[in-house]
Amino acid sequence: MLIARVIGNVVATQKNQRYEGARIMLCRQITPEGEDMEYTCLALDSVSAGEGDIVVIAQEGWSASTAATGKPGAAIDSAIVGVVDYIDLTPNEK
Amino acid sequence: MQIARVIGTVVSSVKNESLNGRKFLIVQTLDAELKEKGKPTIALDAVGAGIGELVFWCRGKEASFPFQRDETPTDCTIVGIIDSDSHVFNGD
Repeated sequence: MLIARVIGNVVATQKNQRYEGARIMLCRQITPEGEDMEYTCLALDSVSAGEGDIVVIAQEGWSASTAATGKPGAAIDSAIVGVVDYIDLTPNEK
Repeated sequence: MQIARVIGTVVSSVKNESLNGRKFLIVQTLDAELKEKGKPTIALDAVGAGIGELVFWCRGKEASFPFQRDETPTDCTIVGIIDSDSHVFNGD
């Protein structure tokens, strides 16, 4: 799983039928400190996340399908499974 | 899933039986700003995408789920067509 910030979404009318009704969010991975990383991906929303939210993304098919559509076996490899309230990080001891 | 642009097709006559009637497309993966990211790859089409269209693909075992899932050998499948470039909302 990875921590990411929701930066937007995409609109697709023609899509696999298991995506019907789902929101396809555009996300950018961030470090635990909150800095943007290079990696971006699309993830289906299962927790009503909005733009700007810090979220947890599961990148495994069974989990992502079940979270986003309620059933496994869909062609979905990433889903937002939680909205982060805050991150507690041990201070870097240097 | 990743955003990508369809940049070509691959024609293959002799292929696994369960791929008959399926279309191989060459896709260039893009980042959130729709800039090219990495090298082009081959994806199987599940939605009727064509050259020039903005799509998104799904990777791994899940890629075979739109088809007869136990039989279709694919690790990358196009599962949606994004309506247009301006239908990618990235906060800008």
